[in-house]
Amino acid sequence: MPKKVLAKLIKKEEIIKGIFKFSVEAKEIVNSSKPGNFIEIRVSNQKDPFLRRPISIYNLDKENGILEFIFQVKGSGTNILSEKEIGDKIDIIGPLGNGTFKIDKYNKIAIIGGGIGIFPLYELAKQAKKQGKIIDGYLGFRNKDFVMLEKEFKEVTDNLIITTDDGSYQNKGFAIDYLKEKMEKEKYECIYACGPIPMLRVVQKYALENNINCQISLEEKMGCGLGVCLGCAVKTAKSPKDKPEYFHVCKGGPVFNAKDVEF
Amino acid sequence: MNTKINFAGIEMKNPVTVASGTFGYGREYSDFFDLGLLGAVITKGTSLKPKSGNKPPRVCETASGMLNSIGLQNPGVEYFANNDLPYLRKFDTKIIVNACGSSIDEYVELCKILNTLDIDGVELNLSCPNVKEGCMAFGNTYEGVKEVTSKVRKILDKPLIVKLTPNVTDIASIAKGVEDAGADAVSLINTLLGMKIDIYKKRPVLANNTGGLSGPAIKPVAVRMVYQVSKAVNIPIMGLGGIISGEDAIEFMLAGATAISIGAGNFIDPYTSIKTIDGIKEYMKKCNIENISDIIGKVEMN
Ligand SMILES: Cc1cc2nc3c(=O)[nH]c(=O)nc-3n(C[C@H](O)[C@H](O)[C@H](O)COP(=O)(O)OP(=O)(O)OC[C@H]3O[C@@H](n4cnc5c(N)ncnc54)[C@H](O)[C@@H]3O)c2cc1C
Ligand SMILES: Cc1cc2nc3c(=O)[nH]c(=O)nc-3n(C[C@H](O)[C@H](O)[C@H](O)COP(=O)(O)O)c2cc1C
Repeated sequence: MPKKVLAKLIKKEEIIKGIFKFSVEAKEIVNSSKPGNFIEIRVSNQKDPFLRRPISIYNLDKENGILEFIFQVKGSGTNILSEKEIGDKIDIIGPLGNGTFKIDKYNKIAIIGGGIGIFPLYELAKQAKKQGKIIDGYLGFRNKDFVMLEKEFKEVTDNLIITTDDGSYQNKGFAIDYLKEKMEKEKYECIYACGPIPMLRVVQKYALENNINCQISLEEKMGCGLGVCLGCAVKTAKSPKDKPEYFHVCKGGPVFNAKDVEF
Repeated sequence: MNTKINFAGIEMKNPVTVASGTFGYGREYSDFFDLGLLGAVITKGTSLKPKSGNKPPRVCETASGMLNSIGLQNPGVEYFANNDLPYLRKFDTKIIVNACGSSIDEYVELCKILNTLDIDGVELNLSCPNVKEGCMAFGNTYEGVKEVTSKVRKILDKPLIVKLTPNVTDIASIAKGVEDAGADAVSLINTLLGMKIDIYKKRPVLANNTGGLSGPAIKPVAVRMVYQVSKAVNIPIMGLGGIISGEDAIEFMLAGATAISIGAGNFIDPYTSIKTIDGIKEYMKKCNIENISDIIGKVEMN
């Protein structure tokens, strides 16, 4: 059940240019959160910016009741958020989303993420690792200036492959191509993906064509984040062409089974 | 201190309701507070048959507000009656169903069913800007409004509220059509038709191109229209458009609203409706008002 809390900012770090990691005290949210859940942040008490901002949960420190999220400064909302200082209270609703990453039945899995889409994969990998699963990571970035969280993801994966589109850091090309190559040998039982839409489409196509379980975390413009306004619609794969039907990212998602959605 | 009001025959513990389409059927917000604290819950726009709504993106933020083009996605009246109504009934609040159709026959069919349900009132939505047929097509002329409303009035015994679109030249004459057709009340305003363009894609942000504007940005327009309508008709008014606080609510009541509704304000804070009730009480205390109904329409013009 989601709660609204005023969470105290206790740590703030600009991990690479324009991307901030926040650690906040939010025991009520942390206790009931699962990997893949997100939160909605009201960045100011003013009437503008009006709506809350959806941000994924990056890390849950259940012991200390600390929640971590990472965000990129995009427009006015994330810009205001980035100016919060240690000790400030941040208005957060969470955990949100009934569609979360499911790990239990798989023993050998792969996570694949691109750019700022890698954040929700961290808590998933951490929990999978703790449960003794074998987990490989494939993270793609534009170039060496955008590479982030390498150390953190190394700690929660068995093998980590970093790619850059231009080859300016480690492997050149797209993360999915490296995953495909490894698949022959590794036979992952499930692929977990989050990132830019073009990347997710390639991952989805590959998984469906090869009959591999695949869970994808999606984004869409949201009004309420609670499943009320029905704004963040995503088409169901089953719906007939002339009569589209929809799930909602905030309620059915943000994580969906790749075979259930069309985006 | 007495916050009770009688709105079109519906006895409410306070004038604060939650607006159609911004509160679902209540479940999600009951995670945050007891729905019994509200004067009434107005449901999502509900139609005879389920509707799947428009293509995404369906919402986008604008200055102090938002645009939406949900397209009345809803599970249909049968599903509502079997699943949502029994749930809502558990709370000590009034239930008003927002009804939409795409033809007069459909409105009538739907309201025949609603008439048999355990609900406290019907709000006819003649004002959704986001669906091609119906709704607003009836909502923007005196004759159109009067025709649908009269036909529904004939078969509906429950309190009948008609929701008006602000996208018209003369809101007062439309409200007159509602009154002349025998409805019990009007509610206004629905969203103002708007558009936002992504300047890099050179395309509208919403897949539907246009959408309905709501939030604090539209409040002055709504207050003005409530005032104009209150001068034109004798039936009570449900005022809404951009309300997010007790002060906002009081403004609408002074302009002539008997009850008010919180719409997009629910999105920015699930407790907006509750804070609005508290804010109204604070105002009453500050200004020594014993009965909230005493302030309805009490604005004095310059
Ligand atoms: C489920 C979910 C999880 C997310 N997790 C993260 C995360 O962990 N880290 C991160 O940096 N970003 C994440 N995002 C994207 C983030 O919500 C947007 O970057 C942010 O809302 C931009 O706000 P702004 O005011 O800075 O930008 P503006 O462009 O000014 O925002 C204008 C409006 O568009 C909305 N919007 C803009 N971009 C997006 C988007 N990609 N998805 C949904 N709404 C958008 C905003 O919320 C706002 O309502 C997530 C989005 C979703 C839906
Ligand atoms: C996401 C969304 C969905 C809505 N759906 C409906 C609806 O189904 N029926 C209706 O009569 N009005 C609907 N409305 C309009 C609101 O009930 C209200 O009239 C309008 O938003 C103005 O009030 P506000 O500024 O407080 O939001 C919707 C508004 C929003 C933002």
